[in-house]
Amino acid sequence: MTKKVLMKGNEAIAEAAVRGGCRFFFGYPITPQTEIPEYLSWRLFEVGGDFVQAESEVAAINMVYGAGGAGGRAMTSSSSPGISLKQEGISYMAMAEIPAVVVNMVRAGPGLGGIQPAQSDYSQAVKGGGHGDYKLLVYAPATIQEAVNLMYIAWDKAEQYRIPVFILGDGMMGQLMEPIELPPMKQPNDPEKFDWATTGSHYGEGRRIINSLYLKSEECLQQNYRLQAKYREIEKNEVICETIDCDDAEIVLTAYGSVGRICKSALPILRQKGIKVGLIRPTTLFPFATKVFEEVANKPNVKRFLTVELSAGQYNEDVRLAVNGKKPIDLLSRMGGEVMSAEDIVEKVMEVIK
Amino acid sequence: MESKIICAGFGGQGILSLGKFMVYAGMEQNLEVTWLPSYGPEMRGGTANCSVVLSDKPVASPLITKPNILIVMNTPSLDKFESKVEKGGLILVNSDLIERKISRDDVTVKYISANTIALELGSARSANIVMFGAYVKYGGVVSKDTALDALMHQFEGKKGADSIKKAFEAGYNL
Repeated sequence: MTKKVLMKGNEAIAEAAVRGGCRFFFGYPITPQTEIPEYLSWRLFEVGGDFVQAESEVAAINMVYGAGGAGGRAMTSSSSPGISLKQEGISYMAMAEIPAVVVNMVRAGPGLGGIQPAQSDYSQAVKGGGHGDYKLLVYAPATIQEAVNLMYIAWDKAEQYRIPVFILGDGMMGQLMEPIELPPMKQPNDPEKFDWATTGSHYGEGRRIINSLYLKSEECLQQNYRLQAKYREIEKNEVICETIDCDDAEIVLTAYGSVGRICKSALPILRQKGIKVGLIRPTTLFPFATKVFEEVANKPNVKRFLTVELSAGQYNEDVRLAVNGKKPIDLLSRMGGEVMSAEDIVEKVMEVIK
Repeated sequence: MESKIICAGFGGQGILSLGKFMVYAGMEQNLEVTWLPSYGPEMRGGTANCSVVLSDKPVASPLITKPNILIVMNTPSLDKFESKVEKGGLILVNSDLIERKISRDDVTVKYISANTIALELGSARSANIVMFGAYVKYGGVVSKDTALDALMHQFEGKKGADSIKKAFEAGYNL
């Protein structure tokens, strides 16, 4: 086993990006994710990459569009208000099918909100966020190690599907330190290898154009069909979801990200009280683990669900769609940067099973 | 075994470092660890705290609401966290900056003149190291040698490493 190193979440994500082949970062600082650009501002130069602190979030995301369109492994990171500013560019990248990675270490909203952890950008991340019918491949890691592992494969997935990959973290994960194992360095693909990358035209070859503008509605329709077909493919292949103790559970908790690990702390406390409890913790939020919820909801032992999230019920909407009325669902929600404890979850479970 | 520790004081007292020393010591002993700082508009003179979990199993939640060990370096921190410590837990109090006594009788309390001891050893700044030594003795799940090794590793090749060791020993031998 390689030696574990102690790293802060943000720095671990940055290092994993480099090891996953990232060579270009464009961003603008904002708490609680600024350690990502801070780290990459020196680290990328060690591997022949480039780092730009842009003049604004809008500029940064369009630089990612350019670098990703040319076949480079590019990323940006921000926190909630900054991610809102980037939505136009993300929508363009979805339509233009540009592989890239966007990290959001979510803080409380709406507006400038606060700098404490939240999950209130769920719908923005999962339902598109910008305008138009599009999806991103959305990963929501629960631990720093999981975040590292996902960053490491993020560009492989982004290039495989020609899609922006979105990492949905939160302020707590960004600031937390944990020992992690870092994967080995991976070299980025040669942009010349892609038949779509704008690497400069070759003799005798037609121009390569990357664009999100389709003025003829029939062409725009066909491009939309292509995107939707891609999203169906991703739904088929890319779901990652952890389930714990659902085979005998009477109440099943569900949460993602940092809240998923807080739920894990509640499980043994509840089991000790004789409560049969399980957990569904999705790592991908798009594609959603609909089948997992269907299967668990169909189990006769499962009497009810409890959704736990740091938002007003955004995640719970998708849980309700997936459970589809088969079992009742309660919600434990915190907002504004307040984080529930394992004890709060235990208390809520005791209340709803009464 | 799961040890849940909150270190609290004001910015500049080395609170976050104190937590990191515990984490490095825990790693040295092959324990699972997490370190979570309070973050916000904090600065020198403001309040600072961090939550440290040391466990023989993977740490689920790094968030601590009921610590079994509390290390407090100033009065506002004691006021904030005293009631949250689990029954039977341990509170290490920096008695140089905290004049009042603990009002609970269901926890173990050690009063430590961390600043005075550190100052006598030549550096007021190592009050946190004195507290670390006391933590290893009274609340530690890590052996003294392991903790000292991990600590000294952090100061390898740095000036004043010797006084760090003395501050640790002084805290440990209280």
